[in-house]
Amino acid sequence: MNKQDIEILTSTAFKVRQHIINMSTGGGCFIGASLSCADLIVYLYKKFLNVTPDNLADPKRDYFLLSKGHDVPALYGTLAEIGIISAERLKYHLKTNDNIYWHPNTNIPGVEFHSGSLGHLLSVAIGIAMDCKLSEQSNKVLVVLGDGELNEGSIWEAALVASAKELDNLIVVVDRNKFQANVQTEDLIPLESIEDKFKAFGWFALTCNGHDFEDMHSTFSSLKSGLRKPALIVADTIRGKGLPSIEARADRWFVNFTPEEIEMLHKELKGEAGAELTSETIIAR
Amino acid sequence: MTYEELLRQIVDEDERVVVMTAENRAAIRNLPSQIGRKFIDTGITEMTLVGASAGMALRGRIPVVHALASFLTMRAFEFIRTDIGIPGLPVKLVGAFPGFLSDGNGPTHQSLEDVSIMRGIPNVNVWCPADEADMLIGFKTVLEHPQPFYIRYNNMKPVVEHSTNFEIGKAEIISTGKDVTILTYGFCFSECYKSLNLFTERGVSAGLVNLRTLKPVDFQTILEVTSNSKLIVTVEDHFKKGGLFSVLAECLLEHGQSANVLPISFDEKWFKPATLPDVLEYEGYTAEKLTKKIVNKLNGN
Repeated sequence: MNKQDIEILTSTAFKVRQHIINMSTGGGCFIGASLSCADLIVYLYKKFLNVTPDNLADPKRDYFLLSKGHDVPALYGTLAEIGIISAERLKYHLKTNDNIYWHPNTNIPGVEFHSGSLGHLLSVAIGIAMDCKLSEQSNKVLVVLGDGELNEGSIWEAALVASAKELDNLIVVVDRNKFQANVQTEDLIPLESIEDKFKAFGWFALTCNGHDFEDMHSTFSSLKSGLRKPALIVADTIRGKGLPSIEARADRWFVNFTPEEIEMLHKELKGEAGAELTSETIIAR
Repeated sequence: MTYEELLRQIVDEDERVVVMTAENRAAIRNLPSQIGRKFIDTGITEMTLVGASAGMALRGRIPVVHALASFLTMRAFEFIRTDIGIPGLPVKLVGAFPGFLSDGNGPTHQSLEDVSIMRGIPNVNVWCPADEADMLIGFKTVLEHPQPFYIRYNNMKPVVEHSTNFEIGKAEIISTGKDVTILTYGFCFSECYKSLNLFTERGVSAGLVNLRTLKPVDFQTILEVTSNSKLIVTVEDHFKKGGLFSVLAECLLEHGQSANVLPISFDEKWFKPATLPDVLEYEGYTAEKLTKKIVNKLNGN
């Protein structure tokens, strides 16, 4: 990846973060999880996945599934920036004249399957991956899971099945932002080592820095086909990444900011001035 | 022909169809060697099974999904509701050993609420064939329906030659009766059918309706027989709440009718686990015991 590639990825991720900030008012959104995986989703769509505005109905396209649905503003923003949906639609966040709400849904072009209930899309991805193999197509099927989502038993059931079925066309990326809804993952249901757990289940497993495009690129590029194992990539991230006033804070899980705070956050994103946030924090799920 | 043979034939004819199971192979034991990669066993993983069937359906497949009725409909309930029901994917869910057919297993295996919970999901339809022959008659029609279906699997040998005129949402009317009409579905059909002679011996004019699909249900037939019989009896190996008795009540209320109804079902209890004939005897679901119960009701006792 050259310098220009990184500049493009950086500027796209910046715009996606602007979209996320704009969706953090007028009803609000899950800002922390959205910001943690913004770089990752931008990287995947722009550099790794064969998904374009023109191939959404092509059975040979790659599949992207967002299982941790709360972070959908990052996906909406990315879909807008790569031209799959119009950025104009994002103005209708939480409005009844569109379907831009808190979880992914297939009314939005580019969304392959809805989510919201945790622990579902790994199973759905297994079905897609099995069918790609049955159809002798070499699509990649990629699922983003939250680290908190790994609490769900269905994930581990599905992890066994993916390994048993030797689904080397399946890639799971865990957005390892170290928080679940209210608390840090290690304080509630410790997950470490995620890599070792999946390896024990028969997976190929790697870790990368989910905010470093070069590191992501070298890690994702190192995945080889034909290993007869599904792949796990732990993307090490920071909840709220890009906005120091909310980074790694348990109480900024879901936010609904005032228009003034939104202005301050846009400035903070540009590195101009820190935001002073006074809106109520929400710590209970 | 058996269910397994029919499935094999369908898989051979229709490339969209795949057979999936959570290691429930009783009805499809010979298929792995016959259909190869179109047979997918995910192990004892009902949630993954159902989620994966949604993924396959997204790719244009018609998955026929097998697991024990209790675990398919309850362990994987939210996966059915969320991954199959919300998008209305054409997955066919086959629940094995439903109701009485779980005989000696005990309450863990007694799916006495499967009809209730499956019909409660928008887009999910429910078909309860009376026996193997009835199941084979309707299977292709149900398979080709574009929406999800829950099928209460039933491989019991038939006691009657069924009408081959199968339509989703249409009941099979075996007979009409002025005194009593029995509405039933699934496994209970055969004992109800055997009771018809016993009613005749007692001089009672009895009708029998095999509902076939519980959702959509044949409300026209229900309304007709209700207005033409003094007593309506619902017979089901299902809880009273949410099953056929509830379907009948909903149907009557929606159409401003009422009826004299005797529900024969399980009210806040499971059945006594035993061999199948003993279960029917103990719980009063044999033709003789059903007839006696219904005649008593007709006589005002």
